[in-house]
Amino acid sequence: MEGLVAVAIGVLVAAGVYLALRPRLFSVLLGITLLSYAVNLFLLAAGGLVVDAAPLTDRPGPYPDPLPQALVLTAIVISFGMTALVIVLTLRAMSERGHDRVDDGPDGGPA
Amino acid sequence: MLALLPAALQRARVPPSAAAGAVAAAAAALLAWQAPAVADGQLLLFSVPWVPHIGLDFAFRLDGLSLLFAALIVGIGLLVILYAHYYLSDEDRNGRFFAYLLLFMGAMLGVVTADNLLLLLVFWELTSLSSFLLIGFWRGSAEARQGARLALLVTGAGGLALLAGVVLIGDIVGSYSLGEVLAAGDAIRGDDRYPLLLALVLLGAFTKSAQFPFHFWLPHAMAAPTPVSAYLHSATMVKAGIFLLMRLWPALAGSEEWFWVVGGTGLVTMIFAAYVALFQHDLKGLLAYSTVSQLGLITLLLGLGTPLAEIAAVFHVINHAAFKASLFMAAGIVDHETGTRDMRRLSGLARHMPYTATLAIVAASAMAGVPLLNGFISKEMFFAETFALPAPWSWVMPLAATLGGLFSVAYSARFVHDVFFGGQARDLPRTPHEPPRFMRVPVEILVVICLLVGLGPGLIVEPALRLAASALLQGPLPAFSLALWHGLNLPVLMSVVALAGGIALYLARRYLWSLHAETARALSGKRITESTVTALSAASTWLHGLIDRGGLRLSLVALLLVALAAGVAGFLPGPPVPTKVPLPAGLAGWAGFAALACAAAATVVLHRERLLAVVCVGVIGLVVSLAFVRLSAPDLALTQLLVEVITVLLLLLAMYFLPQRSPRESSGGRRAVDAFIAFLAGAGAAVLAWAMMLAPGETLSGFYLGQAKPGGGGYNVVNVILVDFRALDTLGEITVLGIAAFAVVAILDRIELPGRPLDWDGRPWPAGRSLLLEVLSRPLLPLALLVSTYLLLRGHNLPGGGFIAGLVTGTAVLVQYLGHGNAWVEARLPPRYTSVAALGIALAAVTGLASLAFGAPFLTSTFGYLDWPVVGRFEVASAMVFDLGVYLAVVGVVLSVLATIGRQHNAPEAG
Repeated sequence: MEGLVAVAIGVLVAAGVYLALRPRLFSVLLGITLLSYAVNLFLLAAGGLVVDAAPLTDRPGPYPDPLPQALVLTAIVISFGMTALVIVLTLRAMSERGHDRVDDGPDGGPA
Repeated sequence: MLALLPAALQRARVPPSAAAGAVAAAAAALLAWQAPAVADGQLLLFSVPWVPHIGLDFAFRLDGLSLLFAALIVGIGLLVILYAHYYLSDEDRNGRFFAYLLLFMGAMLGVVTADNLLLLLVFWELTSLSSFLLIGFWRGSAEARQGARLALLVTGAGGLALLAGVVLIGDIVGSYSLGEVLAAGDAIRGDDRYPLLLALVLLGAFTKSAQFPFHFWLPHAMAAPTPVSAYLHSATMVKAGIFLLMRLWPALAGSEEWFWVVGGTGLVTMIFAAYVALFQHDLKGLLAYSTVSQLGLITLLLGLGTPLAEIAAVFHVINHAAFKASLFMAAGIVDHETGTRDMRRLSGLARHMPYTATLAIVAASAMAGVPLLNGFISKEMFFAETFALPAPWSWVMPLAATLGGLFSVAYSARFVHDVFFGGQARDLPRTPHEPPRFMRVPVEILVVICLLVGLGPGLIVEPALRLAASALLQGPLPAFSLALWHGLNLPVLMSVVALAGGIALYLARRYLWSLHAETARALSGKRITESTVTALSAASTWLHGLIDRGGLRLSLVALLLVALAAGVAGFLPGPPVPTKVPLPAGLAGWAGFAALACAAAATVVLHRERLLAVVCVGVIGLVVSLAFVRLSAPDLALTQLLVEVITVLLLLLAMYFLPQRSPRESSGGRRAVDAFIAFLAGAGAAVLAWAMMLAPGETLSGFYLGQAKPGGGGYNVVNVILVDFRALDTLGEITVLGIAAFAVVAILDRIELPGRPLDWDGRPWPAGRSLLLEVLSRPLLPLALLVSTYLLLRGHNLPGGGFIAGLVTGTAVLVQYLGHGNAWVEARLPPRYTSVAALGIALAAVTGLASLAFGAPFLTSTFGYLDWPVVGRFEVASAMVFDLGVYLAVVGVVLSVLATIGRQHNAPEAG
């Protein structure tokens, strides 16, 4: 299971990084979304994996580590806020420059 | 006592000169009230700890020296306010001017009364900043802006040096309190770091007091309105450096280094500036350089180090303040009434303004050191002190002093003769006449002071002088007498030589000017500074160009490679050794992994088809939620699912304004490089995650699991952590969310996004709404609200809580938007969702603050049990109110973000 989760994180990171390096803001946006999935999974994994349980202490154990879960919960909501901000920046760039390229130069390269 | 002054001064903004005058008068009254106590030899102290752990106290002292300087600051300040009332025209923003002036006055008072070196520094910087505002007051003029910038640059840099010096002093003494520092003079002078700290402190003092070679900012500061020059450059700003030297005299003076550096700088400054002053054509430029020269004289006196020289220095501070302020004011009157300050155009004004001319002549004579005036007496004391030095200096110094005096006579003569005598001036911009009655009053008062001090020094100024000098020396005063006539001796002879030589020099000025014109350009400090700044700026642009090649992608690549290198370096000591036994993956695990990998691959392959890519990302989000379920994180699964819905909706809304497809823009080579980097990053992350999961180690989970119920009153440990154990983090996080929401609203404010009447396949958008959605969405809202309430309430014990409940409510309202359109929903709901978010954050913060009222630390929670008929016994925790705040914040943020973007859709019901 650990190996599988590790590879899943790796796949998400690789896809996220590749998309983040594309010359269009929309792709970057998708890349950031994938990266935040990977980071959230990674944080959760930091507490060790526990299957088919819950951090509810009125039930019999074993329990998963609750602290990474709390961190990830807020991280998910925060990453929503960040995604929203990047989307809006994209729209603003679209409105002011008429395109959604990352860099201003020809072919999306440096100006 | 005086601590209140600066704060009070800053508020007086609204009614200009009268209010400023009233505040200054109040300060004067306060000083007068305290003066008798100081005169009795008391040391008035006032202290409140401010940042005690770095030794910074809000501490003030009023001794003789502070009192003298404070009196100068307030007294001349009052006169300047009166003068400025007539000087400034109605177009100048008077309120702003007087506010700056009072701010400056307060800062200066702070400098002279601070009893803590760090506090003194705070006020010191405040004087730099407020003088920047004052010098650049006429912001329309490029000259004023440059002058202000130059002054800020030079004095600000000096302030930094002073900060370092003060920190060293504090390190040696163990305290920043002035009393202790002044008593520790031997320890400071004996320390190895003494030369360094002396250099740093002197840099601060010399830049402020415009000593050579830092003098050049002062002439350029003459672009300021004349009242500012009269105030800053006679009695206050430039005297701050002198004051610092005097204040720290017992702690720093008395060493070889002090004598050479301070004395030498003073001597060079005095002669050099007096020489340059002679060649200024601008009236205020002449006064500026003469100020630099006079400050050099005072610095020289301080450097000599004999107690009598210190007394002469204090005395000259008073005298210089009186005659220089009046001269600046006279120059301002001339400028005001004729429209020019150029001495080559001015001439024969005595005919038009005899009264002003008389005043200016008396003041200029005082500056020249003509007998019967105050300048004469302090200059005589200075001349007498120059003989007190050992061998070669006992004749070099008197010669140099005489030379300085000679130049000062010459430029004083020029000031008087060029402006007020000679033939009728022809091409003046305005017809000259006497200024308004009360504009002259401040000049009159100052000139009368010059005369009185000159005639009866023992009577007028000696008590104050004794008081200030004894505070300066921190010890007994030597015997001295202030008198007009000490008999025929060497100093008198020096005065005579200076007077005669100065007048002769003035008569021969034509020859000198042509000589001077050649050398002056090369030595312009302003040009040197500006070219230095230009060079520095070019260097930083070059360095910046090295790092930032002008593209975000390259910066990102650099960032990734550095992160990779750092990660690999972490593994260098040896490969990770897994110790835990891996869990079996199971069929569900493999299925989930396969789905995730396929969706990720599909996203990459299809990313140019944006709609399909968004769908793929949605699939990944769903798989991640399922993974959370499997990995024992029900709260996360719920949150992820809801955020996924909202994020996909957001992406779709945004796509309305964006191209539907990304064109293929990057070359094959670049794609290969990117893919390689991505592969490395992914492999690194996978190895890292794998090593981390199987590495041995204890986590903190035991504490949280054990304390959740007894300490936080809930069984759902994740929620208890969020709203109780780590509630401060959560408060921070919802605040960040709120900021993001405000940023979204602000960024989209009043922008033009082209609407699209047709979709990308050229078809018109469907006109009507989906009837099914419209019908179904209505009952959904109350149901969703019910579910939200349930999730919110149960969150402490079961999966749920403020974040999840907020997302459910947000989603439900979004469905209303989809089903009914913007107008329908916004007629029924408050349009300002940001207020909801703000309310939520405020509620969470107030809940935390409430615990303070019960004497517990911020965000302490409490809980109890309530028996509710029918429902039964259930628990109420104060943390639930906090969670309600989280709920409101999340609802507000989600809706403000989506509604703001949704409102951009101009086409009706297109969203």
